[in-house]
Amino acid sequence: MSNDVQQGGVDARPQAGQEWPLWEVFVRSKAGLDHKHCGSLHAADPKMAIQLARDVYTRRQEGSSIWVVRSDQIVANDPADKAMYFDPAQDKVYRHPTFYALPDSVDHM
Amino acid sequence: MQASSIELNRAPAVQYVLRIGDTCLILAQRLGEWCGHAPVLEEDIAMANIALDLVGQARALLTHAGQLEGRGHDEDQLAFLRNERDYLNLTLVELPRGDFAFSVLRNAMVATWLKLLWERLAASSDAELAAIAGKALKEARYHQQHSGDWVVRLGDGTAESRRRVQAALDTAWRYVPELFDTDAVDCDATASGLGPLWSDLEAPWREEMQAMLGEATLSVPAPSAFRSDGKRGRHSEHMGFILTDMQYLQRAFPGGVW
Repeated sequence: MSNDVQQGGVDARPQAGQEWPLWEVFVRSKAGLDHKHCGSLHAADPKMAIQLARDVYTRRQEGSSIWVVRSDQIVANDPADKAMYFDPAQDKVYRHPTFYALPDSVDHM
Repeated sequence: MQASSIELNRAPAVQYVLRIGDTCLILAQRLGEWCGHAPVLEEDIAMANIALDLVGQARALLTHAGQLEGRGHDEDQLAFLRNERDYLNLTLVELPRGDFAFSVLRNAMVATWLKLLWERLAASSDAELAAIAGKALKEARYHQQHSGDWVVRLGDGTAESRRRVQAALDTAWRYVPELFDTDAVDCDATASGLGPLWSDLEAPWREEMQAMLGEATLSVPAPSAFRSDGKRGRHSEHMGFILTDMQYLQRAFPGGVW
């Protein structure tokens, strides 16, 4: 690899801004469960991202389905808004369904 | 435990299975050389995965060859205690790993070949071989897709990537005839229902490779008169070196295990 960087006068090293884009990887462990975020990777295109996600994140039987999403397509809240967004929920215990008697057949509430 | 070479039973069925098993074994060794050296971390893992799939296939085939041989040789003895002339892999897989373009192109060529072979071996009269083939087929399909996509990316990529993969193709293509020439070992396997004549694989292989190389905008080299003969034990100058690497531990510490 490294000894091939300079060949025929061409500098094949990635220049600034030429890195492969970053992708977020979501894996579903088995049918019926949801896809869970498990990490990220670099890939040049969607097909490569799926293949590399398979190779990097499902090699120990972790998955039966993979989603990848370009990281720059994810919209996130501003961390500075954390207090404003989330702290007010702290004293609203009545929003938890712990005040109701649930039938035994209802699981995972 | 012994460190000296074993004497191979060269029955046709043993040779037929070893030609495939040794091809998997030696390609796995070559791919293992990329571990820690691939262009990006993700591809490093992908190549190691392919190598490990091939090791698994080689283990199953060498174990089975040892049973067919009837001399009590296990997979390790067959993998590490044969002399060069008793390895029956295709010459293509023993060539040095070269650059990334050469490695992915070779992977694509061999995966396409193995996929076609596994498809046919899944119907082998030998139930053990058929079971090995059924499992390996899924692996080979992915190897072909992953490597083939790289060939297309490099061929239809930059001037530099295209130059490299075309050079790789020009080198590797001279070793293609060995994948398909047929001899007494093949004929015996076909007669017993063990496996196909390798010449039967040629037309579908060329068709699939043509589609891949066409998409990669690469030109298929003209046929050459050169003939390699690794599957009959006559290897390139590279074989001795790779065996030295592979065999060192078992020769120095006979019977050593993890």
